[in-house]
Amino acid sequence: MKRLQMGFLNFLTKRKTFPHGIHPLEHKELTAQLKIRRLPFAHRMIIPLSQHRGAPSLPIVKVGQEVVRGEPIAEAGGFVSVPMHSPVTGVVRAVNELVATPEGPKARAIIIETYAGSRQEVLFEGYRDIDTMSPQELVQAVQDAGMVGLGGAAFPSHVKLLPPEGKKIDTLVVNGCECEPYLTCDHRIMLEQTEKLIRGIRMVMKATGAQRAIIGVEDNKLDAVTQIREKLPADSGISCEAVETKYPQGAEKMLITSLLGKEVPSGGIPADIGVAVYNVGTLAQLGELIPKGRGLIERVVTLSGPGVEKPGNYLVPIGTPLRFLLEQVGAKCDAGEVILGGPMMGMAVASLDVAITKGVSGVVVYKPQEEDLKPRTVFPCIKCGECLSACPVRLNPAMLGQLAGVREYELMETDYHLNDCFECGCCSYVCPSNIPLTQYFRIAKAINREAKIIG
Amino acid sequence: MKRAVSVEQIMRNVVYALLPICGWSIYQFGISALALILVTTLSCILTEAFFNWMSDRPNSLGDYSVAITGLLLALTLPPGFPLWMAAVAGFIGVGLGKSLFGGLGYNVMNPALIGRAFVQAAFPVAITTCTPSFAPGRFLEFIPSSLALPFMSPVDTSDWVREHTIDSFSGATPLALQKFEHITVDTMDLLTGSVAGSVGETSALLIFVCGLYLAARKMMNLRIPAGIFTTTIVLTLPLYLMNPEVYPSPQFMLFSGGLMLGAMFMATDMVASPLTPRGLWLYGAVIGFLTVIIRLYGGLTEGVMYAILVANALSPLIGSITQPRVYGETRDGRGKGAES
Repeated sequence: MKRLQMGFLNFLTKRKTFPHGIHPLEHKELTAQLKIRRLPFAHRMIIPLSQHRGAPSLPIVKVGQEVVRGEPIAEAGGFVSVPMHSPVTGVVRAVNELVATPEGPKARAIIIETYAGSRQEVLFEGYRDIDTMSPQELVQAVQDAGMVGLGGAAFPSHVKLLPPEGKKIDTLVVNGCECEPYLTCDHRIMLEQTEKLIRGIRMVMKATGAQRAIIGVEDNKLDAVTQIREKLPADSGISCEAVETKYPQGAEKMLITSLLGKEVPSGGIPADIGVAVYNVGTLAQLGELIPKGRGLIERVVTLSGPGVEKPGNYLVPIGTPLRFLLEQVGAKCDAGEVILGGPMMGMAVASLDVAITKGVSGVVVYKPQEEDLKPRTVFPCIKCGECLSACPVRLNPAMLGQLAGVREYELMETDYHLNDCFECGCCSYVCPSNIPLTQYFRIAKAINREAKIIG
Repeated sequence: MKRAVSVEQIMRNVVYALLPICGWSIYQFGISALALILVTTLSCILTEAFFNWMSDRPNSLGDYSVAITGLLLALTLPPGFPLWMAAVAGFIGVGLGKSLFGGLGYNVMNPALIGRAFVQAAFPVAITTCTPSFAPGRFLEFIPSSLALPFMSPVDTSDWVREHTIDSFSGATPLALQKFEHITVDTMDLLTGSVAGSVGETSALLIFVCGLYLAARKMMNLRIPAGIFTTTIVLTLPLYLMNPEVYPSPQFMLFSGGLMLGAMFMATDMVASPLTPRGLWLYGAVIGFLTVIIRLYGGLTEGVMYAILVANALSPLIGSITQPRVYGETRDGRGKGAES
């Protein structure tokens, strides 16, 4: 019913949007009204060295070394890489320890034991005047802060500030869509950290030379739109637009199409059409950290889902073990499934010993008896075409699925644009035959990647 | 996260949409129609169960798709069609048309139409023998031809027809009347279904409404019937305007014979139709075109069945030439990423 009303409103107000996509149940009411709160510090922090896209960070601390909250503990392992900062005041217990990750293979991490008596103040900082900093200094400052995309992609933020040779950024698209069900952390950030967000936007505009910035917010968060519009300075080149509530509106390419009516070339990046896209959470953190010269040591995480007793938006130190977090919000160990990120694109974890990393925007916990977790009979494809009308990049998932079934992975890539799929999960969501299409495509891509490496 | 609609639900809703049409045909033709519907459905279900057992496939009767085939098959047969022939049609349709291809999702053509095409070739007389609708006593006695013994020719129904009708009944369907005698049946009769014809193709209006129910539930793609209707109108209107004496009017073409049932329920068989949105239009256009050609210039009075079968065969081709333009793809068909 709610969806019908929204659709009706969209028709009247003509919200900007993109073709195709789906309308999953949002479940955002669980946490949308809850203010961001802080949680206690965990006794043992796990800081994986590869929390971001690109090269892993290189540890610069030794076992037994005392570290202060906010102190750098690892440096960037290259240009597409970021440093790490200690989330707590404590002592380093291990460097290069192999720990569980949501992806599967174990990865190296620094383990820090928290000093129980510490006041956990951030002492490691250096105030700067961002208005006098040059664009190059800003880019360096963003990298030094260890900033990555907080929307989930965890791509190092400073890389996007420097477009490839010959490209120029003219428009900054600020992503406040938060189209994943359950997640409300960006919503809360837009409401509670509006000034920091605007500061971050101006900083990125300065660093990239962008003339204008457009904040795109789904129209299920109109309170955020109103608030941002009230606080926007005049003549700043920044505007805020409500877009249709539809999944995956928050996908970079979809939002660009909705707001600007342009398409990012297939296989290209937004910079190819002069656009840089940043998540509101990332920009609010930039607005907070860069002037103070601090590093990224905590982030807002939505803890929600039917299996959480105290759902909410929490400020979580990066490196907090998932098990500790779930204990704090009353999620029981008999949970049916724990998903890092949102339920559409997030990853179900196999172990609760993984850490909250920079890219984790939410944790969704399902109870074992949840309808979504029940096994479903997979029928053969009946070629209904639902996936074609759901796919936001207009692929032919049915065809791709059939090709995957007969292991024609190369043909999927050469003739049916497999690599344009960004795994949003719309096709699997609508498939009446319950075919796990998105999983097929992930497997196909992985096999193609391996085939290329082997030669 | 998962949308709630499943294959069983889609198929069950198609069955629901077909039930009113079956109901009307039973009202119109009596127990012969009821027996025909039961026999074809049973024959289809048993055939599928048999082939599942033969090939060690799991039971697939629960997905309702075979029930649709059974109902649809009955609706395309004349009411007095011998029941044993109907059973053969069901066996051939599901056996040759579906199970041997691998069951649900793998059939190339609509199984019900395969069954019908087979009996059309095998029993040309029986399938063109029509009996009048609303015969008195239709709920109490069978049309004599229905009860022919297996492998026996049905008895001639002309005596029975003479007994039961006040008016002279020619035994011809509206299409045959138009084609061979240039007598056009009133459009209103075609809409309501008070004409002779196959069991379930008489009331165009009822079929249309039932089809709309499916479309409203998003379980049927309206592009296909829209493509068929548009092409039919576009092709027949100029001919009709040129020579209304010989050529039928577009509304007659739309509402007569199996076009409505074919367009709404046969051509829209998801498995045998293309996937792409543009492909669906093209597929509909092919069906409309072939129907008009066969009806106006062919030897048969009815062309919808063969038109759909041919279009079914073409649908993989139609699909591959109508692939959607992928997001971010440049006009020359290659994106930036295709270079690498």
